[in-house]
Amino acid sequence: MATIEHEKTAETQKYKVIGTRPIRHDGVDKVTGRALYGADKRLTGMLAGAMLRSPHAHANIKSLDTSLAEKLPGVHAVVTSADLPDCTDKVANLGEGSVNLKHLSNNVLAGEKVLYRGHAIAAVAADDIHIAQEAVKLIKIEYEVLPPVLHVLDAMQENAPLLHDDLKTDELGEIADQPSNVAKHFRFEQGDLEAGFAAADVVVEHEFKTATVHQGYIEPHNATALWNADGHITVWMSTQGTFTARQQTAELLHVPVSHVKVVPMEIGGGFGGKISVYLPPVAAVLSKKSGRPVQLVMSRTDVFEATGPTPGSVIRIKLGVDKEGNITAGEAWLAYEAGAYPGSPVGAGAMCVFSCYDIPNAKVDGFDVVVNKPRTNAYRAPGATNAAFAMETVVDEICEKLQLDPVEFRLKNAAVEGTRRVDGPVYPRIGMVETIEAIRDCEHFQTPLEGKHRGRGMATGFWFNIGLKSTAQATVNPDGTVGLVEGSTDIGGTRASIAMQLAETLGIAAEDVVPTVVDTDSIGYTDVTGGSRVTFATGWAAYLAAIDIQDQMVERAAKIWDCDATKVHYEDGAIHGPDGNKLTFKEMAAKAQTTGEPIIGRGSADPQQPGGAFGTHLVDVEVDVDTGKVTVLRYTAAQDVGTAIHPAYVEGQIQGGAVQGIGWGLNEEYYYDDEGTMRNSTYLDYRMPTTYDLPMIDTILVEVPNPGHPYGVRGVGEVPIVPPPAALANAIYQATGIRMRELPMSPPKLLHEILGKAKTNGA
Amino acid sequence: MHDFEYEAPSTVAEAIGILEKHNGSARLLAGGTDLIDQIRMGRFTPEVVIDVKKIAELMQMEVTADGVQLGAAVPCYQIYGSEQICREYSALADATKIIGGAQIQSRASVGGNLCNSGPAADSTPALIALGTTAVIAGPAGTREVPVEEFCTGPGQNVLQRGELLTALKIPAQPAASGSHYLRFIPRNEMDIAAVGAGAQVVLDSSGENFVSARISLGAVGPTPLFAQEAGDLLAGRPVSDEVIEEAMEAARKIASPIDDMRGTIEFRLHVTGVLTRRALETSIARARQNLGK
Repeated sequence: MATIEHEKTAETQKYKVIGTRPIRHDGVDKVTGRALYGADKRLTGMLAGAMLRSPHAHANIKSLDTSLAEKLPGVHAVVTSADLPDCTDKVANLGEGSVNLKHLSNNVLAGEKVLYRGHAIAAVAADDIHIAQEAVKLIKIEYEVLPPVLHVLDAMQENAPLLHDDLKTDELGEIADQPSNVAKHFRFEQGDLEAGFAAADVVVEHEFKTATVHQGYIEPHNATALWNADGHITVWMSTQGTFTARQQTAELLHVPVSHVKVVPMEIGGGFGGKISVYLPPVAAVLSKKSGRPVQLVMSRTDVFEATGPTPGSVIRIKLGVDKEGNITAGEAWLAYEAGAYPGSPVGAGAMCVFSCYDIPNAKVDGFDVVVNKPRTNAYRAPGATNAAFAMETVVDEICEKLQLDPVEFRLKNAAVEGTRRVDGPVYPRIGMVETIEAIRDCEHFQTPLEGKHRGRGMATGFWFNIGLKSTAQATVNPDGTVGLVEGSTDIGGTRASIAMQLAETLGIAAEDVVPTVVDTDSIGYTDVTGGSRVTFATGWAAYLAAIDIQDQMVERAAKIWDCDATKVHYEDGAIHGPDGNKLTFKEMAAKAQTTGEPIIGRGSADPQQPGGAFGTHLVDVEVDVDTGKVTVLRYTAAQDVGTAIHPAYVEGQIQGGAVQGIGWGLNEEYYYDDEGTMRNSTYLDYRMPTTYDLPMIDTILVEVPNPGHPYGVRGVGEVPIVPPPAALANAIYQATGIRMRELPMSPPKLLHEILGKAKTNGA
Repeated sequence: MHDFEYEAPSTVAEAIGILEKHNGSARLLAGGTDLIDQIRMGRFTPEVVIDVKKIAELMQMEVTADGVQLGAAVPCYQIYGSEQICREYSALADATKIIGGAQIQSRASVGGNLCNSGPAADSTPALIALGTTAVIAGPAGTREVPVEEFCTGPGQNVLQRGELLTALKIPAQPAASGSHYLRFIPRNEMDIAAVGAGAQVVLDSSGENFVSARISLGAVGPTPLFAQEAGDLLAGRPVSDEVIEEAMEAARKIASPIDDMRGTIEFRLHVTGVLTRRALETSIARARQNLGK
């Protein structure tokens, strides 16, 4: 294994391994194509599965007849929701969020009603995929088509068609009498809102809209399941969390969790979208019925239509500022589309909307609303990007109105240690101010932008990050290396970042750690790869495993040297004892074999202080005023990253997040027709940016170590998606004089505004 | 995927025979970049797929003093790989360079693009601008149709049962001419035209006056369009912003775009004018370059 030569950051000078850039342990397999992904799985006798999906966005299923499909030669099993056990309205806690099991079950295979186009209804297992697809066409189904509800504001109307007869609004804690599409209305408040606005010299209020967007991972969902004769189920799949996949599968199938083993295959992207299960329970019941292993793989259209995008939303912001530029009051109203079942990330959006600022008087109302679209799921800082788009655009407008410098305004009002967020928590040491200063001082900001129809915009963003539970186990090998076993599926280079923390603690090279991600039977409980938690929490578990090894080596050395263990200590990759006795880690590892029991380190962690992350982004754009097309000329993202364990992967996370935010800002959207069919369910017409659409994303790693972690780690993966749409909107305003308040800011929408403005000016 | 038979005739006559035999349930396969996906998605369920790439004349491209004889199945990369095509038939080179990515261009053909008859086909407006004729062979012999009359609706064209497109005949371009095709896409690659525009202009020896012009449009109607009036009104007039503005207006008039995920009516109508101007401007610059001006 090699290391990319690069200067270390200031914060990591004191470390040997942390702050270096070793080549990832899984790199060779991935660049040579040897890494095995879910759809690569082959088992003897394996059948191929295909699914029947609803062509309607909203319909009752009047009748369903699978008999013809069952008779087709080569078909081994057909399943419908009748083959799944009846799930009550039980709520299962899945670590990062909870889920209503009846809703989850109906999402996996629809019951009496389909709630979005692409909603799974039945599945077939056959000798090959072609037979399975033919059989799906033989399933007879009769629908009573109902009017679809496709937009959050329409769904909130009193006379709107209802998705669920039994869904009643949780209105500020009270359950309403009548059914509604509004699942929940909640509120956060602090200070005196009225007095706050009375003290303001300028008040700006606007409504913003954002479209449904998808995570856009390359690899479609897949699951291969074997329901063995002994009642044990094995699932091979692409997932962000083997243990949550195990729990969801077990709960939906009514089997004990110990009867389900989830084997993680490599994962081709998730971004939050591969936490919820779609296929494993279906593949499992197909396997049970056929007695054979069954593989299900989604198409790209299935992924768009039937997995969990992030919601479209409507957000209203009202912000009051005095002449000196102090924010005196803020009011926000957020309504997010949950999709077919309750559970949009509006809660997080409501907590994030004012999170970058110290706002003494504030009120935030949030609404979780069901619509006839796929059930939404997590997507990188879920809910925060929508909110930041609205808030940061209003901040920019206020700065313009009061002729305040946007940097100075943000520095003046920035959240700092001790600031109370509107939903209650008081910030510990955070790096919001430092990221703004980093942007202010960078070469990009210092270089004036020249040229026609060009503009520069900035925006900030916040994400909480989470801790949750992780396990790591480390086995000392006689050759002086360590086998590191972990349960966190590796999406963003975490094999490396976890191994490096173990290596740092033991004082050995990152290359001397061999990390392996294993199945749910082979490691202790580990929560999802999500919430930017893995380098933080599984890294912590690896640190604890290393400390455990240190302790055992100290004990062993004391035994070898025949002295009291208190006289022996571990330091700098070696065990030091009395009389100048010393054994390096490698020497001790070799001796361990012959001096006693194997040395195995165990670490399990449930850390509570993930340390929030802030980012400030700066973007230059040029607008083609004849077509409305926006070209991103230059982009710089500054982020508080705590300690950058592997700076190259931290930069990669920031760049990836920024790019997804740029796509969300400029072109990405679920484009629906009136019947509720997504008309752009392919990568041709769902326009994510390609490398041709982007400049290099420059990154500035601001290191404000998290006091809640032994190495100061903060999650870094999510916050970079938060500022881009707002930064772009602010840049477009500078370039054109037009405030875009709806995402995406695609050429037709921007040109519409440009033409409208030209008309107004001409008149 | 739907089950089908595969045939690979080596002559046009053989291909016509197979087409006739299957009476409408056969599909022709050139590069397959549209067809394979269409079968996979269930849009077509042919009994037989007839691969025409074994027919020598469909795979040949000849560039002579009389013009270009372009076999219907010649892949894009061979077309833009010809320096002479790039120089003298620039609009066609422009179009073939932006259809899909490198993999697509190594298989996809201009003939296939035309026969697929999508309104947003990139190469069809280029062919129209260059005054191309489609050569069709069938049971009753061979006939020729101007490319602007080839498509009759989305996915529809003049090919009758038993007929296939064998070649495209592009007339030799005058020395004082230049052509260009461009499209608007929200991204910069891997995308499909929201609006496309082709132009070919012939200038007088001063390079200051139009002798003639042909303008074509894509993705703003049920078929690629020949904006004849827009081109004709330029003939004999000096090159100026004003007359180009007139051509833009005339081009907009024949556009009848729809609202869809690739653009709104308002957007497409406006951009039709913008791209017409840009296509003309580049064509004029190229004509002047060819004139040595």
